[in-house]
Amino acid sequence: MTALRKNKETTHEIELAGQLALLDLSGGMYLPAHDALLVADLHFEKGSSFARRGMMLPPYDTRETLSALSDVVSRFNPRVVIALGDSFHDIGGPERLGDEERSTLTNAQAGRDWIWVTGNHDRILPDSIGGQVVEEMNLGSLTLRHEPESGAQTEIAGHLHPVGKVVMRGRATRRRCFLTDGNRCVMPALGAYAGGLNACDAAFKPLFPKGFTAHLIGTERIFAIAKSMLCRD
Amino acid sequence: MSKAFVSLLPKTFRDWFKSRGWKPREHQLELLAKAKAGRSVLLVAPTGAGKTLAGFLPSLAELAERGPSRGTAKDKRGIHTLYISPLKALATDIARNLEAPVQEMGLPIRIETRTGDTPSHKRARQIERPPDILLTTPEQLALLLAHREATDFFKDLRRVVLDELHSLVTSKRGDLLSLGLARLMSLAPQATAVGLSATVREPDDLRRYLVPQRASSTFPLKGEVAPEAREGVGSATSEAETLPPHPGSLTRSDPPPQGEGEEWGPTNLADLVVVKGGAQPDIRMLELDERLPLAGHTASLSMPVIYDLIKDHKTTLVFVNTRLQAEYTFQELWKLNDDGLAIALHHGSLDVAQRRRVEEAMAEGKLKAVVCTATLDLGIDWGDVDLVVNVGAPKGASRIMQRIGRSNHRMDEPSQAYLVPANRFEILECRAALDAVHEAAQDTPDARIGALDVLCQHILGMACADPFKLEDLYEEIRSAAPYADLTWEDYEACVAFVATGGYALRAYERFAKIVKGNDGLWRVRDGKIAQQYRLNVGTIVESTMIKVRLGKASRSRPGTVLPRGRILGEIEEYFAETLTPGDTFLFAGEVLRFEGIAEDEVLVTRAASGTDPMIPSYEGGKFPLSTFLAARVREILADPFEWDRLPPQMTEWLLQQRRRSIVPGARDLLVETFPRGNRFYMTCFPFEGRLAHQTLGMLLTRRMERAKLKPLGFVANDYGIAVYTSGDIAALAMRDPGFLDELFSEDMLGDDLEDWLAESALMKRTFRQCAVIAGLIERKFPGEKKTGRQVTISTDLVYDVLRKHEPDHVLLRAARADAATGLLDVKRLGMMLERIRGRIIHKPLDRVSPLSVSVMLEIGRERVYSDNADEILAEAEAALLDEALA
Repeated sequence: MTALRKNKETTHEIELAGQLALLDLSGGMYLPAHDALLVADLHFEKGSSFARRGMMLPPYDTRETLSALSDVVSRFNPRVVIALGDSFHDIGGPERLGDEERSTLTNAQAGRDWIWVTGNHDRILPDSIGGQVVEEMNLGSLTLRHEPESGAQTEIAGHLHPVGKVVMRGRATRRRCFLTDGNRCVMPALGAYAGGLNACDAAFKPLFPKGFTAHLIGTERIFAIAKSMLCRD
Repeated sequence: MSKAFVSLLPKTFRDWFKSRGWKPREHQLELLAKAKAGRSVLLVAPTGAGKTLAGFLPSLAELAERGPSRGTAKDKRGIHTLYISPLKALATDIARNLEAPVQEMGLPIRIETRTGDTPSHKRARQIERPPDILLTTPEQLALLLAHREATDFFKDLRRVVLDELHSLVTSKRGDLLSLGLARLMSLAPQATAVGLSATVREPDDLRRYLVPQRASSTFPLKGEVAPEAREGVGSATSEAETLPPHPGSLTRSDPPPQGEGEEWGPTNLADLVVVKGGAQPDIRMLELDERLPLAGHTASLSMPVIYDLIKDHKTTLVFVNTRLQAEYTFQELWKLNDDGLAIALHHGSLDVAQRRRVEEAMAEGKLKAVVCTATLDLGIDWGDVDLVVNVGAPKGASRIMQRIGRSNHRMDEPSQAYLVPANRFEILECRAALDAVHEAAQDTPDARIGALDVLCQHILGMACADPFKLEDLYEEIRSAAPYADLTWEDYEACVAFVATGGYALRAYERFAKIVKGNDGLWRVRDGKIAQQYRLNVGTIVESTMIKVRLGKASRSRPGTVLPRGRILGEIEEYFAETLTPGDTFLFAGEVLRFEGIAEDEVLVTRAASGTDPMIPSYEGGKFPLSTFLAARVREILADPFEWDRLPPQMTEWLLQQRRRSIVPGARDLLVETFPRGNRFYMTCFPFEGRLAHQTLGMLLTRRMERAKLKPLGFVANDYGIAVYTSGDIAALAMRDPGFLDELFSEDMLGDDLEDWLAESALMKRTFRQCAVIAGLIERKFPGEKKTGRQVTISTDLVYDVLRKHEPDHVLLRAARADAATGLLDVKRLGMMLERIRGRIIHKPLDRVSPLSVSVMLEIGRERVYSDNADEILAEAEAALLDEALA
């Protein structure tokens, strides 16, 4: 039995602002106290956004992101899903959404509340995509917004697309990650084409004056890595 | 024969030769005759044979007779001769050298260069008023051909001269150039091509490259003197009397040769002129009394002897294989340099200005020696080099001969050279190379099959130049030798890629970059796309380099390093990525401490004097040992009679190996297993080069994982690999006698390879290069700041998505084709697995054998390869726990 490959450990428990939070291998976060699933920076239709400018990226990114999203939604089956901004790569994104993708999204939304927090890429969102649109919101003691604000106490945000890079004996890996100091969490981007900003970047410094732990998303599970173990790009 | 040829030379030229006390060389006159006969020709000649003048003489003669253009709008002439070189420095150099005879003879010929450094007003003027002779590079040719004025600019073209052709054709630049050449021959069917080359294994490959190939039997002939009708299996000794009497007229096609064993059919060949090499090179292996180490590439023991050789010669070129070896050798020589000899360093990563200074000092004869890498392999004139020293493994027979050719530019005097092995395996390799040089055996690579990413780039360029008909462009492309076998399906896939990305999900029709009009012609959508093409042209993806800047310690904030110093040069991005702050490494002749990466630059400080570099990494993978030399090394090893010809220390070592284990036969693969510490080791020596061995190691460890041997890692060098495990390999092989055969079976190139490719960093790097060349994403320019994560796109993410949704997409096929011969060298691995099938000899040992010590020594010095992210992360997580418990 022990020789068998271990099953994926899809979730990883942490404490955030005094409550339990489950970090998911997909890049989403589930808050059991609120039966809420949070996702950040989906960047739907980034491929077609580039194609408009002559860079014909494979047009499967929205599909890929939606499939990860549908998967995590069906696993937790939450009361509410909250997307923390930059859900679409640009304002024209919702219009370019393909029929198949649109119906996948509608299916995921069925039977639950769905809240779109706006981001810098999608300040305006049309009604056609379903759900409710807000600029920011509170969930218990937590503030949910797209762009993290330094000074804010207990907050969950996205925007920065954190990734952590680890080098061990000449071998390097760079993975998406959750950054948290126990009160604040910056979530990884879930979008298939969403790039990453190294957690050692100066942009994270004012957010975590006392440092943070990075929860790096591996292939089979999530790993808690000390800030001191992270490298710059 | 010579006399008849001399009459082809205009009087001015004969007088000029006489005034300089020179006589035109036979091959120079022969090329003149070929030009008059309207034939394309490949000139194969050693360095110092006056190749360049031979290439230009026909053009100079014709231009002298033609007289100057009046330059009026009515009498606007296109260029007469186009010269292409792989290096812009070489183009500039040649232009300078050509000016001398032109001025001395007072010829009315305008010679200009066009490189990336040419200012825009000069470029515009060149289009407006084309020079007679233009010297440029393959990338600039592509840009010119995509220009709206290309037709006028090239319509009068008579000759294309391709310099250092042997080095151009081995890369994607060669593919790009071949497509450019095909277009030139369409624009100017009267033009002929002249290729200048060092000696190669298959001159026919180059002869094909120079002339349009008959793509199919239905290839349309464009009139009587169409270029494709001018093929002919030329011979080096074509007789003067068979040449047409009227200079400048074009010959009709030669009849097919009868019964010469030459295949008559779809291939056309340029004529061939071969200049026999002069005196046999005087080349020796440097033998020391001291024992060479079993591993390592520094040749430290040989430095005093090399220093003495430098002292005793006028000018010495010291060739090494890698930048790091260059750094090391340079430093060691300076430690010995009590005489203050002018010894300089030259490699491709150094700052351009610094390189130019070295080149100038060299040309002026101010240097006693230059330590250099392959960047000096090409034919720039270096003045009076009288000795070449090659430190480390020769890697290939042709390669070493071309390097030796750098010494002594007078053909009739023997070149002097020393091969300096750095370890015992390199003694074998040097011995094999010496034998090859003695027999003049060549091992230049096979002709390339044209890459599809390059084709995509070219198609967009052609759409920028002029609207095209799908079928016409296909025929033109197939006239280029590397693309002669291009299928219609692949061609269509490339056109579809250029237009909309070519995805099965046709989502981007409305954004198409090239569109088919009602007239059936494809044209570029708008000027913006054309601009995009111009910015992305070329096949060299530079973004893998990152600048190295010397930092200064901050006074106000101790411990902080400010990027205030000068740029020292650049290193590979992937090398920088594996450095951690505090690591020390050799660069630009000193030991540097890595401080971090800031603003896309590597920030370093000078390490305290006496510091040994911590990262000895030998990034030697670029040139794997040629299959030819590898086979010879295996033969020497297998034949005890051959051992007599080796230095005694080598023979002794092999005898020890025979006593303690086995010395394998030439076609066998010896697999040794032994315990050491609390691990088990497996070593083998395929001699297929580091890249193929790395791939082998990746795949073997996957399979051993499945066999529950718990592999911990592996190391690879050019000769073999060592894998170490927690499980007992020998015990498993005893229980299951078929295990090793199964482990090394060719089916590892199936699913295991596919699985690994999904996550391989090397594969992702390969894909990125294809994506840039094909124009999927925009090129990053060196020095350009990152514009933020929202506008850049990671090709790694694109790779993941594309692989999942469209595994057979043309870009993935292009990347796989590259992986076969490039960073993963899968093709070579496949050949090896086939060779050793049923010939694996397992030798279980109690302890490490003499042969295996060499690769075992790499452990700890070399990187351990793994792309398994979770393994690395688990280790980092454990480090956190250790910290917490401490």
